Amino acid sequence: MNMNYTAEELAFRDEVRAFLDEKLPADIAAKVKGFRRLTKEDHQRWQKILSAQGWYATHWPEEYGGVKWTPVQKHIWDEESCAYGVPRSIPFGVNMVAPVIIKFGNEEQKQQYLPRILSGEDWWCQGYSEPGAGSDLASLKTRAVRDGDHYIVNGQKTWTTLGQHANMIFCLVRTNTEVKAQEGISFLLIDMDTPGITVRPIITLDGEHEVNEVFFEDVKVPVENLVGEEDKGWTYAKYLLTYERTGLAGIGLSKAALSHLKQLASRRLKNGKPLLEDPTFSQRIAEVEIDLMAASISNLRIIAAVEGGGVPGAESSMLKVKGTEIRQAINDLARRALGPYAIPFVEEEMSYDYDGEFLSDENAAPLSSQYFNNRKLSIFGGSNEIQKNIVSKMILGL
Amino acid sequence: MDFTLSEEQQMLQDTVARLVRGEYSFEKRLEFSETELGFSEDFWKQLGELGLTAVPFPEELGGFGGGGVEIQSVMTELGRGLCLEPYLQSVVLGGGILSQAGNDEQKEKYLAGVATGELKVAVGLQEPQAFYNQNEVATKAEKSGDGYTISGRKAVVIGGHCADLIIVSARTSGDVNDADGISLFAIDPSAEGVERRTYPTVDGAKGCDVFLNNVQVGADALLGDEGKAADVIEYQTGRAIAALCAEAVGCMEEANELTLEYLKQRKQFGVPIGKFQVLQHRMVDMMSELEQARSMAILAASYADAEQSDERRRTLAAAKNVINRAGQFISEKGVQSHGGIGMTWEYSFAHYAKRLVMIGHQLGDDDFHLERYASLLQAS
Repeated sequence: MNMNYTAEELAFRDEVRAFLDEKLPADIAAKVKGFRRLTKEDHQRWQKILSAQGWYATHWPEEYGGVKWTPVQKHIWDEESCAYGVPRSIPFGVNMVAPVIIKFGNEEQKQQYLPRILSGEDWWCQGYSEPGAGSDLASLKTRAVRDGDHYIVNGQKTWTTLGQHANMIFCLVRTNTEVKAQEGISFLLIDMDTPGITVRPIITLDGEHEVNEVFFEDVKVPVENLVGEEDKGWTYAKYLLTYERTGLAGIGLSKAALSHLKQLASRRLKNGKPLLEDPTFSQRIAEVEIDLMAASISNLRIIAAVEGGGVPGAESSMLKVKGTEIRQAINDLARRALGPYAIPFVEEEMSYDYDGEFLSDENAAPLSSQYFNNRKLSIFGGSNEIQKNIVSKMILGL
Repeated sequence: MDFTLSEEQQMLQDTVARLVRGEYSFEKRLEFSETELGFSEDFWKQLGELGLTAVPFPEELGGFGGGGVEIQSVMTELGRGLCLEPYLQSVVLGGGILSQAGNDEQKEKYLAGVATGELKVAVGLQEPQAFYNQNEVATKAEKSGDGYTISGRKAVVIGGHCADLIIVSARTSGDVNDADGISLFAIDPSAEGVERRTYPTVDGAKGCDVFLNNVQVGADALLGDEGKAADVIEYQTGRAIAALCAEAVGCMEEANELTLEYLKQRKQFGVPIGKFQVLQHRMVDMMSELEQARSMAILAASYADAEQSDERRRTLAAAKNVINRAGQFISEKGVQSHGGIGMTWEYSFAHYAKRLVMIGHQLGDDDFHLERYASLLQAS
């Protein structure tokens, strides 16, 4: 039993810290730490810096420009980058479609798409969910019908995160209606500029535009944009979902959010003393900190198993449930820490450029919104109910 | 033992329910919320014309001396419609303070307007540093000439942006935490030295912080005895808590109906998702929470106008504690049961969820009321 990093791992952590100290733009880090809005430009600027360092594609083989990190190194990166306020990488290109192209795509597709993901030329979004196909993804209805050298695509995708910025979308489409639902699905790469595609914003309860509906009306997609074989898309989709689920527990993000909460609670007052010293509130913080301590060790146990050559199994589903509950509990406390000031919606203070007086606390404005917005954590990436189904089936045999 | 409403009470509730159904569709509510006023002036007028803003006031003011149960009947339906009008602030809290603390002249001057809805009152009892403790008052009112000079800041005054009269607490003596030495003043928002920073609220209404910079008021602005307002504040806040509990129950009823309907019509894996046991049990839990909340709202209503006692204090603290917890539970579990659709602006559920969580930040959160209850705990 040894829970310490090796000398090499410690050296790697120093290297990560030195890089972040030097290269992470202060304005971007401040936005991330203060839960301010990031622009498309912010994401692209940081991605270029990461790419130049060769640290952007951590899930790719080196021959395609990836970096070969061990699971522990990835974990160190995750912890450090969250603590420093590194923007969360937009995963759809680099961590989702790319591994599928690398494993199942042909040589032309690798040549065409992978360099453009690395350079940031392409911004990908995900066309999986549909209005009638959420947890039951295999029931998707968007049709692709072969017509000569093209597929003609008709249908609708939804919950397309940051689709408004994207120029490419990877889609699950139905190419065969004669077979079982899972067996008639194909994986298509579609240029968002193709005529017939309409992107419509979905405004969430916090007033933000983060997700979209994407409509396809007689969209002509060249057959060379099919990944792998026709009707085999479900296999590729499942492969991709295993990538999506790793990291959804958000342990590093929870640690950063907890630290933010404690700073907030040391500034806000109750009965003339900081909230952090209030018996009731400090116990609430202690409770979630203890839960996070346990979850972070669970996370390390999974990482150590993978490092030893294992495959992350249904344990990562359990961790997704726990991890998202913990993050939501931290968001809940942050809102509570504001007392009556959780009520005002002071949109101007959510902007990094705001230079007026803060109504209550410099970090207050986004916190109620964030509490509501992060209800999504237990819904997306396979809802927590679906994760529990996986655990009861795969681990418990029920 | 009888928990049913009287015929008159039922008629009152039906009147409000009809009005809300007719005038307050979800789409209209979104429009009202986006106006500068932040609610419907027309709907507010109708509440006045139908005598609903007069409910708690005596007959000579057009009311019928309605008590906790009558206010409950009105507020539950306003909650169902997610109504944005300042009924709680102006009629219940403002009207209540004026009725209890005002002298004959002040009542004569203000109450008729409050009862018709023509005079909108907002109440500022909180301060930025005080969390939810309304006895922590740093705003100072110093004697000057015949009147007072008031300086300080009142936090999150819902409806304060459009109020014709703002009632604030200010300290005329004592230390910042003393219950003794707090006074109430009726302030004209257009008076010199009154500044307001207005903002929308997370749940679609509007409010402001009120900055008082050497505001000069006459002796006739003092409501009640100088330095003795803590009891009035506590008592009237209790009435407002009962009313807020009723509003929350209306919100929860509607939220649960929406969720239940969704469980029945949304299909995944070839069946309505309501066929899944995990969602059935969750829905049952949400209904049980609503029942707990409803019981406490009824209890709170029955104590709203009772004489002050530790029992009244305990009951109202308990009610708000239960309401806050039930509201958050129903809002969070309801979103989860809906999935992504429950988080969208276009669908009413999300707005009920937001209102319910924000009710938890009005007049004390669940911890505040748990601590208050514990401090009043009976030995046996």
